[in-house]
Amino acid sequence: MPIPSPFHSRTSKLCTSLRWKDWAGYHAVCSYRTCHEPEYFAFRHAAGLIDVTPLFKYEVYGPDAAALLARITVRDITKLGVGRVTYLCWCDDDGKVVDDGTVSRLEEDYFRVTAAEPSLSWFERMARGYQVTIEDSTQRWGALALQGPNSRDILKQVSDADMDGLGFFRVVRAQLDGVEAFISRTGYTGDLGYEIWVDTSAGSPGSAGSGTAAERVYDALTEAGRNFGLLPAGLDAMDVTRIEAGFIMNGVDYFSAHHCLTEMRKSSPYELGLGWTVKLDRGPFVGQAALAREKRAGSARLFVGLDVAWTDLERVFAGYGLPPEISSAAWRDGRPVYDRDGRWIGQATSGAWSPVLKKNLALAQLEASFATPGERVEIELTAEYRRHRVTATVVKPPFFNPPRKRA
Amino acid sequence: MNPAQRSGRYDAVVIGGGHNGLVCAAYLAKAGRKVLVLERRHVLGGAAVTEELHPGFHFSVCSYVVSLFRPSIIRDLDLAKHGMEIIPLETAFAPRIDDCGLCRWSDPGRTRHEISRFSARDAEIYPEFSLTMTKMAQLVRNIIDSPAPDPTSWNPAELFRLLRLGKELQRGGAESVGMNLKLLTMSAVDFLDRWFESEVLKAVMSVSGIIGTFLGVRSPGTAYVLLHHYMGEIDGAFRSWGYSKGGTGGISLACARAAESFGAEIRTGAGVERVRIKNGRATGIVLANGDEIEAKTVISSCDPRLTFFGLVGRDHLDGDFVEQIERYKLRGSSGKVNLAVDRLPRFHGREGTDFLRGDIAIAPSIDYLERAYDQAKYGEFSERPYLNVVIPSIMDPSVAPPGQHVISMFVQYAPYDIKEGPENWPSKRQAFGDTVVDTLAEYCPGLKESILYRQVLTPWDLEQEFGLSEGNIFQGELSLEQLLFQRPAAGWARYRTPIKNLWMCGSGTHPGGGLMGAPGQLAALSMLGSRQT
Ligand SMILES: Cc1cc2nc3c(=O)[nH]c(=O)nc-3n(C[C@H](O)[C@H](O)[C@H](O)COP(=O)(O)OP(=O)(O)OC[C@H]3O[C@@H](n4cnc5c(N)ncnc54)[C@H](O)[C@@H]3O)c2cc1C
Repeated sequence: MPIPSPFHSRTSKLCTSLRWKDWAGYHAVCSYRTCHEPEYFAFRHAAGLIDVTPLFKYEVYGPDAAALLARITVRDITKLGVGRVTYLCWCDDDGKVVDDGTVSRLEEDYFRVTAAEPSLSWFERMARGYQVTIEDSTQRWGALALQGPNSRDILKQVSDADMDGLGFFRVVRAQLDGVEAFISRTGYTGDLGYEIWVDTSAGSPGSAGSGTAAERVYDALTEAGRNFGLLPAGLDAMDVTRIEAGFIMNGVDYFSAHHCLTEMRKSSPYELGLGWTVKLDRGPFVGQAALAREKRAGSARLFVGLDVAWTDLERVFAGYGLPPEISSAAWRDGRPVYDRDGRWIGQATSGAWSPVLKKNLALAQLEASFATPGERVEIELTAEYRRHRVTATVVKPPFFNPPRKRA
Repeated sequence: MNPAQRSGRYDAVVIGGGHNGLVCAAYLAKAGRKVLVLERRHVLGGAAVTEELHPGFHFSVCSYVVSLFRPSIIRDLDLAKHGMEIIPLETAFAPRIDDCGLCRWSDPGRTRHEISRFSARDAEIYPEFSLTMTKMAQLVRNIIDSPAPDPTSWNPAELFRLLRLGKELQRGGAESVGMNLKLLTMSAVDFLDRWFESEVLKAVMSVSGIIGTFLGVRSPGTAYVLLHHYMGEIDGAFRSWGYSKGGTGGISLACARAAESFGAEIRTGAGVERVRIKNGRATGIVLANGDEIEAKTVISSCDPRLTFFGLVGRDHLDGDFVEQIERYKLRGSSGKVNLAVDRLPRFHGREGTDFLRGDIAIAPSIDYLERAYDQAKYGEFSERPYLNVVIPSIMDPSVAPPGQHVISMFVQYAPYDIKEGPENWPSKRQAFGDTVVDTLAEYCPGLKESILYRQVLTPWDLEQEFGLSEGNIFQGELSLEQLLFQRPAAGWARYRTPIKNLWMCGSGTHPGGGLMGAPGQLAALSMLGSRQT
């Protein structure tokens, strides 16, 4: 049975649609209103506030913390500066991805790792012989993502941190309405945005205001957001933004090597477009040899973005006398991709109509020879219960990458 | 080719930096042409412009919502990358003085609830009506995405296009053809009477039939305009209206940036005095400051009257054509009042801001609207006009300081031809502004005290400042007799003009006015197809 997050007292009041789903054992809002689109537009044009507490979190402390993380992930974490965050993945010995997430270096010997799946036992198994302590802090940290062009202005109202000084993928300690928290400039929307981490075990701070630490942070952000177009947002809206941003999702666009019954289902970082996170030339790390081999020999499949031709959609639907039917929600039931001769060359794993770009987008893994931007392929489309193939052009993600994200 | 390689004479000079001129320029530049855009005002955008008229308040001075902007243009010109952002409206609110009015929501269930307070029957029929309108809008959509067919041509391609249009009308089924023909000739009210019984709903729906025309909701032909607006399309899928982030000018600026990215040159503060014509051919333009600019092609985005009588001159045109342009109806009937306020207006019986995330129509009854029209017929502005109000700062706080708001009010009727004569509009401007504010204040007491700044635009101002003849917001009425192959004149609906190398690309050409970019796009594609530039 899913459990409530520390923000549940607030989110449950706002969620008039009663649209919830299970996310890693927590109640999570799909959309606050019957239709998620306003929440999507809030992310892109103003700001959206989404409860991301269900992310798995681990605190890694100790003199060997950096060395351990460098050993178990594909990045050389020893080089990560204090106050910086990095995105990466970790692999098994065969160089197949186990999970992806972020690592923040909060102090010299103190890191926080986020993950999509429970990872404690894997980390602990790897940690034998290292001087580290690993704490599963998933329940301890309430987490909110505040994303969108107005997110910085909102945080300026409620936090004592220097928001203008907080660069892309940086993290600081801050007080929000008197509550201790971490603010990181990270997120899953590919826009200007922040994540706020509140320690729910610290108890209610001081006398000012009412409610728990988490509730106070939520209230303060909501109040400050009033003049900045802030809306509470759910997973449906975020799903569209993450596809525009070209971000993959564990369990949707790939499967953790730990859960795959066949080799075919597993993916390497190169096959997922995460090659840029892999640093091969350094001390040993898990999967290094296999990854070096793949790098040399080339990958069989590669991760790409697809831009599905609008005119083809129109044509298919016009054949039934219909205007093009486009779901406003993202899809994640995989779809086969073919070459121009109808031969299967891979799969699109998720996709969405992008209201900002007016394009029909998909994330896909294709045979390497088709992964060049500009390449034309065909993707399956079901219209009126019948299968069709429509043209799609290979593009390099992200599809949407506004300058404000890093500015 | 980069601009440096294309030195020398311009391939094309576009007169007017409204969104259509800019779209046209972008397409031409993208195809490698050397293009120059000349805008008379100090800012780009024409009727699609944002101006900071009071510190911190960014007004969508004229046009305030977008719906028909062609998604294909957004894709072709990569407008999202160049800063185009559209925020869909979520509600349509019709306040009433004595109760909480009627709000239609993007959530159909909630809308049904609201309408059933007035008529349970209407609440059920409403989705059926929407379905039928969608069906018909689909036909119209095909029409606006291609140049108007030319019925006088013996060119097989043209005949084929006409046949295809006929086929499209037929494919909607006999019933829908019937509907379509009826639509062409009926009044908005007659048309709605066939569907609905509640006055509140009919009144607020009928106003789409009169926007930008000098017609009343009971005038024949207004049902068609209703459809034109109903089509409000975002995404290529049929959706609703939206704001451009930062104000409507954002759309024009995105088009301008796209044009520049392809190498087009754009100048503001560069009014064109006339088109230079030699032996029936346009050879360039003369600027107001006397400078001459040579070009292989000249493209005017100004309305047909300004283009032919202002920039070309009757002498260069034959009598029949002059007569057609003289007959072209401009008859402006609307004005605009923009407010900066220090707090949100409050409406009777409604809390919060949910119901304000869209437009607000002051159209309490059909008789109210008809009375408003009656006054206009006799050369007065309506004492109680129809208002279409939006408060974009609720969803897009970037247009006003925190906690403060901009209110945009589109006002009808304000006839260009007042009985004192249009040139006397300036002396009535403030009285007109007062009337508009008084009208809205009846629904939201306290409005007047919240006003920090007020801008009043009469049809005279629209003409003088924005170059819209007779203040017509669409560069010519969207009535049937001047649409399709008759816009702006029979035989000249394909962006060419009787002057060789002079083309048109503004709202005065097919498919007409509104923020859609289609005239600019289709004109450019026609020109490129004709290999003249
Ligand atoms: C008050 C008002 C409200 C409206 N509301 C809406 C709305 O909400 N939604 C919608 O879709 N549509 C609306 N419209 C209609 C829409 O704005 C217009 O149809 C559209 O903007 C016209 O674009 P255009 O590029 O064809 O012409 P214009 O925008 O008229 O551009 C022509 C340009 O030419 C310039 N110019 C004129 N003379 C010269 C010269 N001699 N030399 C150089 N430049 C010159 C003008 O300054 C102008 O910039 C509204 C219009 C008005 C006036």
